[in-house]
Amino acid sequence: MAIYILRRLIGAVLVIFVVSVLTFLIFQLAPRLANVEPAYYYVGKVPPDPAGIAALNHRFGFDLPIPQQYWNWLHGVLFGRYVDDGTSAPIKCNAPCLGYSFRQHLPVTHLIGQAIPVSLSLAVGAAIMWLVGGITVGTISALKRGSFLDRAAMTIALTAVSMPIFFTGPLLLLIFNYKLRWIENPVYVGITQNPVLWLKSMILPWIALAFLFAALYARLTRANMLETMSEDYIRTARSKGLSRRKVVIKHGLRAALTPIVTIFGIDVGTLIGTTVITETVFNLRGLGKISIDSIKSQDLPIIMGVTIVAAMAVVVANIVVDILYAVVDPRVSYS
Amino acid sequence: MSAQPVDVATVDVPAPPAYLSVKDLRVHFPTADGLVKSVDGLSFDVERGEILGIVGESGSGKSVTSQAILGLHKGTSALVTGQIWLDGRELVGAPEDEMRALRGSEMAMIFQDPLSAMHPFYRVGKQISEAYLVHNKVSKAVAKKRVIEMLDRVGIPNPDRRYNDYPHQFSGGMRQRAMIAMALVCDPTLLIADEPTTALDVTVQAQILELMKDLQREFNSAIVLITHDLGVVAETCDHVVVMYGGQCVEAGSVDDIFYGPEMPYTWGLLGSMPRMDRTRQTRLLPIHGQPPSLIRVPSGCVFNPRCSFKDHVPGDLCTTAHPDLLPVSAERAEHVARCHIQPTQRRTLWRNEIQPKL
Repeated sequence: MAIYILRRLIGAVLVIFVVSVLTFLIFQLAPRLANVEPAYYYVGKVPPDPAGIAALNHRFGFDLPIPQQYWNWLHGVLFGRYVDDGTSAPIKCNAPCLGYSFRQHLPVTHLIGQAIPVSLSLAVGAAIMWLVGGITVGTISALKRGSFLDRAAMTIALTAVSMPIFFTGPLLLLIFNYKLRWIENPVYVGITQNPVLWLKSMILPWIALAFLFAALYARLTRANMLETMSEDYIRTARSKGLSRRKVVIKHGLRAALTPIVTIFGIDVGTLIGTTVITETVFNLRGLGKISIDSIKSQDLPIIMGVTIVAAMAVVVANIVVDILYAVVDPRVSYS
Repeated sequence: MSAQPVDVATVDVPAPPAYLSVKDLRVHFPTADGLVKSVDGLSFDVERGEILGIVGESGSGKSVTSQAILGLHKGTSALVTGQIWLDGRELVGAPEDEMRALRGSEMAMIFQDPLSAMHPFYRVGKQISEAYLVHNKVSKAVAKKRVIEMLDRVGIPNPDRRYNDYPHQFSGGMRQRAMIAMALVCDPTLLIADEPTTALDVTVQAQILELMKDLQREFNSAIVLITHDLGVVAETCDHVVVMYGGQCVEAGSVDDIFYGPEMPYTWGLLGSMPRMDRTRQTRLLPIHGQPPSLIRVPSGCVFNPRCSFKDHVPGDLCTTAHPDLLPVSAERAEHVARCHIQPTQRRTLWRNEIQPKL
């Protein structure tokens, strides 16, 4: 088991390394293709004279060979480095230094560090909600297949899947914020500072996000559950004289949920860096929001930092899924 | 849970003397294409210490019958009518709770494919002890001890180590032994074995059958053995029910069925069975045609579209009148057959045309 996990971790480090090289190359190529000085994407304006450009390029190290530039960047991630924003003495950017936003005069790591708790709160909270809701509805639907309850649940699920967050989000805000005034203009507060305010700020985004995913998971659970309940081992469980509850939960649901674990891990991992719309609608400064803002202001160091962090989230989620899968399904061998 | 239709007229009927008695059992499944009559008017008796074989091809209603005895159709859309008496209790009309208490404790089942019949995520020992714990108020340690005893009894080596294995770590034969241990862990008096050896190779098959016979002698239980393998029936059973299209077409003792069968379908089954004790015949004799549709059951005799002896029956009786299941002669009342051909003529046909070709 330990060796299995270790091997997966080494693989993950390799994947992240490749992602960082690719990201680096893309952002090296982009200015060249757009025929813009790379420095433009760092400071927003470039001096008109060639000497000024050369000076700027030298300051950022764009005059160095590309491998050297990558090495400097990687060195910064691992050990920290000094950056020169041109206004004062070089600034120490502590490891893990993902770059420095010259627009905001802040290290990227600092910006991302502030965004991660928001994104995590959003993804994990919503995930718990949709998992519980989706699986409950899906299981009941499967057991009462063809009943009014089943058809109603699946119709709602279909509707929910087809409603985008930029519709449900403002709708929720309209009802609970502006009309009922139950939650007034929520602002994100860290869970460690004030759990109640944290909950208040997260509940609507959770519902918006969970509504969409719960629908998917309900349909998925229903389909898996229908298949599982016709398996031979369910007949065996019944012929042992087990209670219906035990047959359904211990024998049926346990097997039906295994494939859902895989999808769930990947969904949560992906969500951490990509909840752009939800974060925008509810004005949460998570990874999605800062990446969309940095794209708008063409602040390249942030875009690159967010890309790598989002890739890491997906990779880590995949490792967790693989390990969990080996735990829930004994047929998956570690070797 | 849908209410089971209970035949009101039969409720007051006294319990029949046999240990397990199935009377006019019908299991119908409503589907979009029509009513599937999987079992249509089946009756048989089994005593304790006796092995009854139910033979027939796929779709003849063998497995559906066994599941009806265990009450596994309860809660589904299946319509079950008729009576099933087990030790003086009627089961078709019994509520699910009562059935659940009987399942696993008084009647148990062994399935065809032990790999798919065991839950892939739980340890073999746990699955068996689960069956024991439902019906016995004992600690987990006591259950474990009992399970290890049982695994040992069915011939699994190192039972205390194998207890912790998962089904996929067992070989096919070992898995079927474990299934038998699971079925017998509560000492059931009725054991239904649904094609228990079909998924196994021949040597393991013989061991498993021997084991079942041993255990049956030991516990004096009744066994219903469902199979399409006549060889297995000849080796193990006392009585045989031949099923075709959801009905019993012939029933009797093993000797009756193998040495004096009177129904053309049984002749066909015997003719299609490879035999080691005869000189090699040029070809096995297949029964031509396809099994009947259970939605549009052939009118008259169910077997008539495939029967090559229809010309021995006057008129179109075979295609218009459904033959009754009648004793073949007054002195052998337990040997019954469903055929329009006159009994004396059937015997002549068997002696002159069928038996010599086997």
